Formats: sequence, structure tokens, C-alpha cells
Amino acid sequence: MASAPIAPYNSSPLGNSSSQNASRESLKMEPLADVTLLPGEERVIDKDIIYICPYNAAVKGKVFITNYRLYFKNTDSETPVTLNIPLGVISRVEKMGGASSRGENSYGLEITCKDMRNLRFALKQEGHSRRDIFEIIFKYAFPLSHGMQLFAFLSQEKYEENGWNVYEALEEYRRQGLPNNEWRVTFINKNYELCDTYPTILVVPYKATEDDLRKVATFRSRCRIPVMSWFHKENHAVITRCSQPLVGMSGKRNKDDERYLDLIREANGTTKLTIYDARPNVNAVANKATGGGYEGDDAYQNAELVFLDIHNIHVMRESLKKLKDIVYPNVEESHWLSSLESTHWLEHIKLVLSGAIQVADKVSSGSSVMVHCSDGWDRTAQLTSLSMLMLDSYYRTLRGFQVLMEKEWISFGHKFASRIGHGDKNHADQDRSPIFLQFIDCVWQMTKQFPTAFEFNERLLVVILDHLYSCRFGTFLYNCESVRDSNNVRTKTVSLWSYINSDTSLYINPFYTPESSRVLYPVASMRHLELWVTYYIRWNPRIQHQQQSPVEQRYKELLALRDQYLKKLEELQLSDSAPSSTHLTNSSTPNAATPNQHITHLQTPF
Amino acid sequence: MLSLGSGGAKSSKPSFVSYVTPEEIKLEKDPQKKEKHPDLLPGEVVFCSANPILKYTQDDLSQRGVFGTLLCTNFRVAFISDDAPQEEMSKTFKNKLYGENDIPLMCVDHIYGVYDEKRKLITGGLVKNKCPSKMIIHCKDLRVFQFCLTFSKEEDAKRIFQGIAHHCLEEKSLKCVFAFSYLRSTNPDHGKSSRKCITRLDSKSEMLRKREAIMFDSPEDWTQEMKRTKAQCRLVTENENFELSQRLPQYFVIPSALGDLFNYQGKGLPIWCWSHHSGCALFKASFPSMTQEDGDFQSHLDTMITAVARNYLYSVKTEDLSESLPTLQDIQQSYNKFKQYFLIDNTTDFWLSDVKWFSSLESSGWLDIIRQCLQKAVEVVECLEKDNTNVLITEEEGTDLCCVISSLAQIMLDPYYRTLMGFQSLVQKEWVAGCHAFLDRCNHLHQKDKECHSPVFLLFLECVWQLVQQHSPAFQFSETYLTVLSDSVHVPIFSTFLFNSAHHRESVMKAESPIAQSRPLSCPTVWDWSVQFDSKAQNFFFNPLYSEKVKHERTVRRPHKHKHQRQLSLPSSAFKTPTKKGFFKDETDSLKKMLRVKRISRWMGSPDSPVVASKEFYESWQQRPLDYHGLLLPSLDGPSVRVWMQRYLRWIPEVHIMGGGSVAIMTKLMELLSQVEDLKRVLEQRDPSLATQPDHPPPLHHRLPSFGSSGRLSSSFPFTYSRNRSFKPIIPTGLMQSLMVADNLANQEDETS
Repeated sequence: MASAPIAPYNSSPLGNSSSQNASRESLKMEPLADVTLLPGEERVIDKDIIYICPYNAAVKGKVFITNYRLYFKNTDSETPVTLNIPLGVISRVEKMGGASSRGENSYGLEITCKDMRNLRFALKQEGHSRRDIFEIIFKYAFPLSHGMQLFAFLSQEKYEENGWNVYEALEEYRRQGLPNNEWRVTFINKNYELCDTYPTILVVPYKATEDDLRKVATFRSRCRIPVMSWFHKENHAVITRCSQPLVGMSGKRNKDDERYLDLIREANGTTKLTIYDARPNVNAVANKATGGGYEGDDAYQNAELVFLDIHNIHVMRESLKKLKDIVYPNVEESHWLSSLESTHWLEHIKLVLSGAIQVADKVSSGSSVMVHCSDGWDRTAQLTSLSMLMLDSYYRTLRGFQVLMEKEWISFGHKFASRIGHGDKNHADQDRSPIFLQFIDCVWQMTKQFPTAFEFNERLLVVILDHLYSCRFGTFLYNCESVRDSNNVRTKTVSLWSYINSDTSLYINPFYTPESSRVLYPVASMRHLELWVTYYIRWNPRIQHQQQSPVEQRYKELLALRDQYLKKLEELQLSDSAPSSTHLTNSSTPNAATPNQHITHLQTPF
Repeated sequence: MLSLGSGGAKSSKPSFVSYVTPEEIKLEKDPQKKEKHPDLLPGEVVFCSANPILKYTQDDLSQRGVFGTLLCTNFRVAFISDDAPQEEMSKTFKNKLYGENDIPLMCVDHIYGVYDEKRKLITGGLVKNKCPSKMIIHCKDLRVFQFCLTFSKEEDAKRIFQGIAHHCLEEKSLKCVFAFSYLRSTNPDHGKSSRKCITRLDSKSEMLRKREAIMFDSPEDWTQEMKRTKAQCRLVTENENFELSQRLPQYFVIPSALGDLFNYQGKGLPIWCWSHHSGCALFKASFPSMTQEDGDFQSHLDTMITAVARNYLYSVKTEDLSESLPTLQDIQQSYNKFKQYFLIDNTTDFWLSDVKWFSSLESSGWLDIIRQCLQKAVEVVECLEKDNTNVLITEEEGTDLCCVISSLAQIMLDPYYRTLMGFQSLVQKEWVAGCHAFLDRCNHLHQKDKECHSPVFLLFLECVWQLVQQHSPAFQFSETYLTVLSDSVHVPIFSTFLFNSAHHRESVMKAESPIAQSRPLSCPTVWDWSVQFDSKAQNFFFNPLYSEKVKHERTVRRPHKHKHQRQLSLPSSAFKTPTKKGFFKDETDSLKKMLRVKRISRWMGSPDSPVVASKEFYESWQQRPLDYHGLLLPSLDGPSVRVWMQRYLRWIPEVHIMGGGSVAIMTKLMELLSQVEDLKRVLEQRDPSLATQPDHPPPLHHRLPSFGSSGRLSSSFPFTYSRNRSFKPIIPTGLMQSLMVADNLANQEDETS
């Protein structure tokens, strides 16, 4: 990463620090020297400030703000206390305490973050110091509300690989074995004319004409017609996704939609197309009042409708809020388990996972399925992507996982901008909801249950979530492809995958064992679901943060030891040309990519 | 496997043979029925049997099962399938004493009869009534068996049901416990047997045993232990014949300042547990709560406390555990509630209980009791490690929570006890030689008196598991070892868990041994693991992650050593000043006043303060780099104290992760380990100089469990195996039960527009 180091910071010491000795002075100069600014990042302001750390006492130090981050370093003791927060993480900035407030450190700022923490700073009352810093944070944390650009458009970062090329829709469909004589690629949405929240390339039943598609679009909420998203190579069953049908109070029917669903069903001879409606039954019924609804029995006789009882974005938002209450700043102790239960967070995770299990199970048994919720961009994305993760081992690789997110979430229009609120000051926006976080949590639960099935590690998941908010990369910006196109995101911003793929070694799970044809069914029981402590409670210093688990550490040591031995053996063999020893070489030749290929002979017979 | 619905099953099944009393069945009359019997252990006799009995298969909700014979012997309840047993053969991890369809009588927890679809708990009285259609057995190792009795003749069904109920539930005397008939049959003087019997005469097995654990049944063992910890205390040998007290071990160690003070049957006598390298030590004592104003006894106790204080720098902190920790009854009640959540009869119940899982766990209070015990042990550790004061923990008997807390503190402080041998020696020292009343606490004899039953030892194992789970590389033994140890408590073979005290063991063994014998009989101890497992299976007891101490590193790095020395150099007249209030009673100041205050008031403080104080202790420990061979403290935060999944979930098919769980990682690790070992061997053969190189990597473990190469294991390995089950996912039912999101959020549209 190319970056310009910042010049040492020179500021005149404040009056009350004049008694400090020389070493203290040099310490005061230091704070900014150790943070490397990103290319395109610019310093805006710096200030003496007190950070009210919830775990230690108040920490005196200096804060400095750039167009990308808020950085704090303490000046009052040798043990370093630092904060390094991308401004995109900030959800809300408030002033606390007024001019009349008494008591130490009661005059300051409270910053609410999207990543499960709050920050409190105290300032001196004199000299409008708070007003300045408040306004600057407010402006730079919410650039879109101030007619400014997101940092992703200002960043000058350069990487070898262009992450925007990780996902090419056609290439991905080709990987799945498409098009074929059951499914065809259509460019009907080339200019986003059929559906403005769908990608340009869609896969539809071979027998459906372009005209059919247009007619179906009139009967599906926001024109999000059923399109194929995953194809089972052996049994030809598919996962299709869409939005709810516009049935309404009167129970409207649409012959084109009915026929279209039948075409999906017929493609591989499924007797009954299973429609998974992610919503609770009552909500689906209630949606009729606003023109929506679900596929009724009489209209869709060759379909079976299953409700998956997953709640809406508002319920999820409140659940996460409750979770934050019990883990930040301090972990609720006396009634940890019942408090955790009362947030329902894990219960929602359980519902999403068990929905995905049902989808995956149906598909692997040979039946095609259709998944929708209301609009088909929140719960639907969760269900389709998780079931694909269960069905298709490609998506469990580092690259495949990027493709999965690009496809199911980004290209199919999960409304990242609305759900996250990038650069937007309206923290109370009802459209915000941790749907994507919930998906990543589900993935984490799966990696916990199947620790050898995923090529990537926990760190990747955390980094993805950090940059979901950071606005440093263009990957998660905007609501759909059409808006991304008009903002030239692919040319003007850097993809998160450019950054990730520049050093993949950080994100590799050493235990990964590829198993191509295996369907992973996690156990969606509370007995196994656990709170992702290393994400949700990571700010708490009492929670152990081992860089590596002891198992992982030991495994890596052993890998190194094995390589060392193999090298020695090779050296010995080079100096010793006796043919009698070749059988040893053959049986234990190193092959880093597949370490378990040659171990069978070492094992005791079972 | 037959489905319940197949009607012809009953008539096609042959009748069975059953026996009413043990006397009648010494000889098998019908050789044809022989195959229906398990391989009986020496001394094992069949009481009764019935066929055909349908055993429901657990990992199936479609009410299917296998037909076979159900037997009750003096050792176990056994079910033998009519089909040839295939799976047993392939198991690497197999108990030699009982199979997966056997329940040692002592291991039976509750029996339920199902009468007209209603489940009733069977107690003594109900047995006389009519025979239930279905019998459900809940085991102490948390297995659940369900037998359908309707396929065999009614009187046979009734007999087997009554037989099992009688032998499992009725109060019995100690000499009826299987260990004694096993012992008589395995004793070489009493007829030939292939089974090895361990007697004191058998010097070879004695040696073997010595390698497994130090028994603390000889003065040498204690002297050795004092030497190891550099203790400045006095070994007492006067109780060799239990003349001083029957509640005290034969040999024990007391503060050297104590003279002849063996009044009051050893009550109040501080028994040495362990010495810290600074010189301060941990003692435990039975302290009867003082109700009577007995001045003499009061001053007796005061003398005891003074003697402890004089062990090191006139410092002592005392802690009455019966005041600060739950009572035995609390522990018993809590565990009874807790275990119910794991004794699952069917899938419907499983998913119903899944909804309120966390709050159910919490309401049992079991995890909280574990937390409290660990917390208390951390406090003891803090006194020893940070404040360098002697600690005297007390309770009524001095052999229950004292054992828990002192053993835990020793594990945290002393890496020796985290080795397999060290751990077993610790259990011997604190629990077995230390006179924990295993017989009463485990209720092996089904006594109706509920007062004295309490799973105290299990509580200790639970606490150790928390430590193992949090700091796995610090322990030489595995979680499987702990699980097996917890199961072994209910195997009525081992002397370890059968008695209430050393005196009890001696006297019973003496009474039970034939007069001709010069020495009393001796049962095998549980530490002779070869009685239960072959060496391959025993490899599962070892933790492949254990980071053995590098040999050349002679001196243990003790981050606070300099501080201790500084404190040691203080003028000895300086009484230690209490560092904090409201925690362990610091007796130092009040020694001269000699505690005229009532004992009840000696330890009282605001309940939060010790927690806050020891939080600081934990945090400062946490900030230092983790040394697996140094002090080890548990994290006690809500998310850190967890359910011992292996022990509690191993039999529940709904939670088995096929091809997943930590087993998947361990398999990979084992593969790599054996690969590295092989390479090393090859290298050393080719170039012997490598073996002696100074930079030679630390030795690897030689006892590796073989996980087998049979592809996917279930997360409950090695306890259950994947039975060619279809890889059908388990789909939760009853999901919406608790999610009554009452507020109007649930009814809102996703989009506000």
C-alpha cells in the first residue's frame, strides 16, 4: 500500500501542560506520527481532548480528524490508548452537557457507532472548542448530507488486482453450467428498463419470451420477477428469487405469472415448485392491504407455499439494539443468558439459518424452489445466499464467497445505502437495519460448526463488516446496480476485494479441507448457536482477544515443522543418490496445497 | 430394524427365559439362550431377562426400534439386540466393562413408566402395580433409553420391569454393590480368572498404578508432596489406625506450629493442602458453626488459626465456604434441574425446549454455581499469589466445598496438576485421601434421605472443564478424559468413588475380605484406566494441544518473583496489612484479640467488593503474556462460562453436527502430527545427528488418539458414531413459539415509502 506518512505534528502546548518535562513534550509531539494516512486522505483538524474510556478512567490525549477517520492517542501515560475509527462508522454525533453543566468531563461529545460501540469525549468549555470539532465531525462523517463526496471517491489507493473484476455475471453462470436448454440468459434489463433494482444480466426459463417477462413484471412488486440464481448441476433443480406477487385485497390473479412459475417448475420436471415466503404468515396476509400478498393455492396449483417466519427489518434493528445494550460497554453479568435470550438476536439467526436449510434440502432433493419476501432484497438475499453456501462448496472459498456476495447481495439490489445509511446524518432512519450483518453472523455460525469447510477465516468476516461501514471502498455503496452505474462506482472507487486479495494470507483458514460435493447442514438449534463474542464484544478488553486460537497456532507451528523436515529430507536425498530411499520421497513429498493426500499410509488402520 | 407398526412381530418372537432370584440362575440351563447374554464380567450374575423387547432407536423420531433381550444383572441393565451387533466392533473408543446398550445399575438415575400415554416416575411403591407399556430409563451419564414392553408376555414384561426397578431404585447395602462380587471372583485366591486383580501384593500393578497417580495413602507420598512444594509443615502419622479421628485421613499434614491438639475429633484442625513458593500455604478445616457458647472450643479454634498464621509471616485469611457458597442442597437441586434439559425423550421435546434454552439454563442456576466456585478459587489464588497470606478455608465437614475450592486453586496455581498424573494425584490428595464422602454424595445406595446427596465432585469437574475449555494448551488431559471420569463415578467397580472416608474404606474392605487372607482386599482404582479402556482408547485422554514445557527451561518464569522476595525481606514483625476490606476475613489484626466476636460475624462484607477486587486481579493477570505453565485464571464473564457440550449433548442426535465440530479440526491436527512424527523418525534414521542437535524442536507427543479415516465424524465423537445416517438436515420445529413480537414493529412494512 503506497501512502505518505504525515509530518510530525507541531502544536503549541496548552497552558496547563507547561509543567511537563521534556520527555512528556516529545510524547505530545508523537501522536500523529504513527498513523499512516491513506492516499487521498487529508488532515482536517486536531484537538486536545479527553477520551472517556468506559473501561479505564478518562484518558487525556489528542484527537485528529481527517476526511476519512477519527484518530485519538493518549498523551498522559506510557501505556498507549488509541482509537482509529473510520468516520463512516459513525451513526450519530451529539453534544452532551451544556455550558452550565458541572462536574468533571461532563462537557463534551457522544459518538454512536454502527459497530457496536459508543465513544465519549470531554472538552474544555472555553474557546468554542467543542463547536468546531462537533461541526467538523458532523460534516465529514455525513458527507452526503452536506453535499460532499464519500471518501471512497477521494481515495487514491492502488492495488495490483482490480477487485471489480471478481464477479462477472456471465462467467459465474457459465461456471454453474448455464445457459443450457432449460435456462437462457436475457439482456432485457440491459438499460434497467424491466427492473431498475435488478442487474443487467438475468437468467430465465428457456421457454419464457421477453414479452412474458414484461408481463410478469407487472405482477411482481417493483418488477422484481422470478429469475434463476443457482443451478444444481446433477439434478438440475434451481433456486429462483423474486419479490411478492401483487395480489392485493381483491386476490388478483395473473395468468402470465402463473404460467411463468410453471415454466420454472417444468424446467427440471419438478412436480411441485416450492415457494419459500420468508415472512411470517400473518405478515404476508397483511401485505395484501398494501397491494402485495402471496401465491394462493387455487391460482398456483403446482406450487407449494411455505412460510419461513423471518421477521422484518424493523424487528431485526430493535433486536440488535437490545443486543448492544447488554454487551456494551459492559457485559451483562448476573443474568447473561436470559438477557441474551431476551434480545432474540440468536433466535432470528436460528430462523434465518433453518429457512436456508430447508431451501438447500429441497434443492438437493431435486425440487426447484422460489424464494421471496416482500421486495426480495433483504430476507430473500439472506436465504438464497446462505442456502447456496450450504449447497455449493465454491462459495466457501475466499474468492467464491466474494462472488456470492457480489451476486446475491450487491447485484440483486440489497439496499446497502438505505440499510447502512452511508454518509447520511439521519440516524433514526427507519430503513436502516442490520440485515447484512445478520447474514455474516449466520456465515460465522456455519464456520464455527464446520471449521474445516471454509477457505476463509473469521478475520475476513470482521474486515468485511468493518468496511461495510467505512466508506473506504465502493463495494457496499448504493442500493442497486443502476445507481452504482450512474455514479461510476466501478471506475471512481476501489473495490474491497482489491484490498482483500492483495494479501490473502491474512484471511486463509489453515484447516480448510476442500470437499466439493458436500452439502453442509448446520444445526439450527440454540444448543449450538452462540453469540459472536469476538465481533460483538470485541471492544471490551476483558474479553480475550487471542490473535489466533491455540489450535490454529499449534497447527501452523506443525506445518512449519513439517516443511522444515521435508526440506532437510530433500537435502539429504540430494546428497545421497541411493535409489533405496526413493520410496520415502514418494510417500512424503510436500504438497502444500493438499497436505492430506499422502497421509493415508501413516494412519493406523481403523 | 423393525417398525412398530409391523403387527406380526409379537407372535414371531420366541419366548424368553427369566430368573427370579440370583440363586437360581448360577447355571444357564438352555444353551440356546446363551447368545442372548452379554459377556458377563467376573462375578456378574443375571437376575432376570425378557424377550422380545423393543428398544426405540434414539436418532429417529418415527418410533422405530430394534428387538432384543432385556436383562438385569447384579452389575447392569443390558439390552442385546437380536440382530448381530455391527457397530460395536468398529468403535475405537469402547468401554470394556459395558457397551452402549448397557447401563450399570449405579448409573440409573430415574425410571419412568408410560401408562396410557402418560409418563409416571417410578418410585418404590409403584412397582407393585401393573406393568407399563413403555419403560424410560434416564441415566446419570445422561443417556436415555426407551423400551417397549408390550411385545413380550405380560408376566415376563412385569418381571423384568419389577426387577430393574427393584435393583436400580431400592435402597441397598454397600456389600451388595457389584464391586465386591467382582472383587471376589477376580481375586487370584478365589479361583482363576483372566481378569487382572489389583491387590496390594501385586507389586507390578502397584508400580503401574504409581505411574498413573500418587495415592497419598502412605507417609512417603505426603513427604514427597511437601518436598515438591517446599512446605514447612508437619506430617501426622498418629492416625494410622484412625485413633485420632475417623473423619481424618490416615496421614495428613498440619502447620508445624501445632502441638498435641487432637481434641474434638479433629474438628477445626487445619489440614495442609498446598504451599505457594513464597512460603504461604493453603489449609482447609472442618469448622462446626458455633451455636453453643463453648469457650474451650472457641479457644481451640483460635489456637488453630494462630498456628496457620505462624506458617508464614503471621498472616492468615479465613473463609467460611458454607456462608459464601451454595449449600449442598442448593447444588443438588440446581443440578437436578439442569440435567433435565439434556434428558430428552423425543424430537418434539427437543425443539420445544430449544426455544427457551438460554433462560432454562439460567434458571437452573448451575452455571452460576460453577461461576461462584471458580470465583472463590480465584479469590483464594489472589490471597496466595498476590498478597502472600496463608489461607484457611473452612466449612462444616471440610470435605465438600473445601475440596472443590482447594483443588481448583491448586490447578490454577500449579502447572503440575494440569498434567494427567498430577490431576489424578490431586483428586487422590484432596478428594479420596481427603475423605470426601463419595458414597453419600453420589447416593450410590439409593438412600431415601435426601440431605446428604450432592454432585460436589461433578461440580469440581465442571469447573475444571471451564478452565480446560478456556486454556486448552495448559492441560495435558482432554475434555474426553473429564467426561469419562465423570461417567466412571457411576461404575461400581472402583474403590475410588465407593466410600465415605479412608476409615470407611479400610473397615469395609477388612470386613469383606475372607479371614484366610492376610491383607484386606483392594479394588482397582479408577486410575487404572486399563480396566475400562484399551490403550488405543486411552489415547483420547491426552490433549494434542498440550504445550509441554520446554525441557531446558529450568526455572519457571514467575513475573512476580522479585516482588515476593521484596516482601520476604520485610521485617518479620510487620503484620501484613489487609489490602482490601470486605473480602476474606483477615485474621491478622484480630489475632491478639482472639476473636471474642461470634464466628458468624467474622466474614461479612458488601457482596460486590470482592468481585470488584478480584476483577482487578484478573485484569492485571490478563494483561501479562499468557504462560501456560504459570498462573492460570478463568474468565468469568457471562459468555465465558459455558455448557460442557461434550458431556451433556453427546447423546442427543438432534445436535450432532455431521462432519463438523471441533472434532473436524482435531482430526486435521492429528493427521499433521503423525505426519510430522513420521518425518522426524525417517530423518533420524537417516541422520542420527539430527536427534541430538541443540536446536532440536521440542518432543512431540507420542500418545495420539486415532480418529480413524472413515471420513466424516459427528461432533459427538468419540462417544457416538455416525450411523450411516442420511445426511438429511434437522429442521427445527415450533420456531415461532417464543417470538411473540408483540409490538407493532412486526406488522410494519419493510419499506416506509
